[in-house]
Amino acid sequence: MNEHAPALVVMLPIIGAVLIMLIRHNNLNWGIALLSGISTIYYSIILYLNARSVGTISYAMGGWEPPVGIEYRIDEFNSLLIALIATVSFLILVYAKSSLNIELKKNKISTFYSMYLLCLGGLIGILSTGDAFNAFVFLEISSLATYVIISMGNDRRGLLAAYQYLIIGTIGATLYVIGVGLIFIITGSLNLYDISVKLGDIELYRPLLASLAFITVGIALKIALFPLHAWLPNAYAFAPSVGTAFLASTATKVAIYLLIKYLYLVYGFDLVYSNQIFIFVVLSLSIIAMFGASMIAIFQSNLKKLFAYSSVAQIGYITLGIGIANYNGLIGSTVHIINHSIIKAAIFLAIGCLVFSSKIVNIDQLAGLGKRMPMVAVCITVSSLSLIGVPGTVGFISKWYLVLGSLEQGLWVVVFALAVSSILALIYVGRIIELIWFHAPVGGMVSQNKIPFEMIAVTVVMTIATIYFGIDTRLTGDLAKIAVENVLLGEQL
Amino acid sequence: MSSTIYNFISSYNYYVIIFLMISGLFIVVSRGNMVKKLVGLALFQTSVYILYISPGKILNGTAPILDDVYSIYSSPFPHVLILTAIVVGIATLALGLSLVIRVNEEFGTIEEDELFDNEPNNE
Repeated sequence: MNEHAPALVVMLPIIGAVLIMLIRHNNLNWGIALLSGISTIYYSIILYLNARSVGTISYAMGGWEPPVGIEYRIDEFNSLLIALIATVSFLILVYAKSSLNIELKKNKISTFYSMYLLCLGGLIGILSTGDAFNAFVFLEISSLATYVIISMGNDRRGLLAAYQYLIIGTIGATLYVIGVGLIFIITGSLNLYDISVKLGDIELYRPLLASLAFITVGIALKIALFPLHAWLPNAYAFAPSVGTAFLASTATKVAIYLLIKYLYLVYGFDLVYSNQIFIFVVLSLSIIAMFGASMIAIFQSNLKKLFAYSSVAQIGYITLGIGIANYNGLIGSTVHIINHSIIKAAIFLAIGCLVFSSKIVNIDQLAGLGKRMPMVAVCITVSSLSLIGVPGTVGFISKWYLVLGSLEQGLWVVVFALAVSSILALIYVGRIIELIWFHAPVGGMVSQNKIPFEMIAVTVVMTIATIYFGIDTRLTGDLAKIAVENVLLGEQL
Repeated sequence: MSSTIYNFISSYNYYVIIFLMISGLFIVVSRGNMVKKLVGLALFQTSVYILYISPGKILNGTAPILDDVYSIYSSPFPHVLILTAIVVGIATLALGLSLVIRVNEEFGTIEEDELFDNEPNNE
């Protein structure tokens, strides 16, 4: 079975999704979801170990040889992300059962699990496929599932958020397809590796740039890069807590990987970065995201919305590394993809605990939380501190590499921006921490539901991970280094 | 002059594609009615289907049938891709319309102006 692992990591969640739709028994379906989640982790780890030992794995889907057939290319970079996403989403699934019982209607829970797995399968598909059009199909599979997840919450504004995201997401995906179509017209191929070889001796510079622009903007809509982020805050705020934690920790990260893949592996470093305007646009948008979104976050009163805007700002950090485009900058991006995924999962799971126990949605309701729910309060505090990048947490590692990278390029403005945006993050996080620890509880805010063990356990595990990976960087930092050295910069070094 | 006309006619399908693309996007941006927005979105997607199909056509080419009689084939590849894209488009449209139905049930309107007037919290 192991030689079919590239297909299995995509198929297992999708098979699980179909089974769940057929069975429609809430508790049984939780079991099925967990089962397909854990088997996906198993195969993703096998994939990673294989990629480490034998190098890039090329898997011909359905036995059709590439470049005609669809090829799945697994290297040390995408298998690392597959393992990350499989693990994070499995942990969130463990947490999901009790939280969904409170937040969703009984008859919707099965559908939620189904959409969750479908989305997971689509995301892993985007990561593993080596075919441009196949990536589009997986992009749409995961997006359609996402729209349903967002619309499922009890808040009816979730419907509007889902519709808004559907419109923007579809425009993004269509722009991506236009870009792929242009590449297809130029090269006659859809296999990404084949395209990258053929683009080497193409002289049609202008259509190539047009395709680069379409693909970048299309994916940027999915990433929620700053001016294109309008869908994200509402979507995160009104989705069920489990859905928010899942989307925040996986969906945007996968889109960023797709962008990195196009910039470095398909178009190639030389073509993209010989273009000064491109670097300027990416860098300045990232910096505006870091400032603008943090500024907006400071003035939010809805807890989930605050962290949604902070997500937009953090995405700015990741694209900043892409813009810096040297060794350390790219490691910063890669590490921050992993770290931000863990941090945001921890924060939104902790918020899910708050919604579960006493329906907390606004920041004012956090007052005195340290006394009422010390465990959750510690989790929120610690993971928010990693968001700022306090030394000893994961956020520090990412910023360290980003600062190193920008110093090497002599980008003093970027270093300054990183420092100032950290201060802005300190303001909105500080407000939360102050309310939690230094204010008396507001009257009538007694805890109503006892938070079940597994919800607390998963939240604590995620929070510990934000500290553990901040101190011991062997698993995140070193693997990111290997990924960047072997995959992205293979030819440049 | 004649070469300009020749160029225009030989690539008129691309002008059609660009016109459809822009009008689709314009409808999405300018209309406040949620169903009309979806119509614009469908138009936008449809223009991409033609973008893919167009370059696959070869003058005098037939369908790719393996026979000695035929020597020039049109590429079947774009058609296969677009079949998939059409399915994706239908799924998106269906989901979008069902969301509009749910919005209408919950809010009693599908005009964005009225929706955002009723929901002051929704920034």
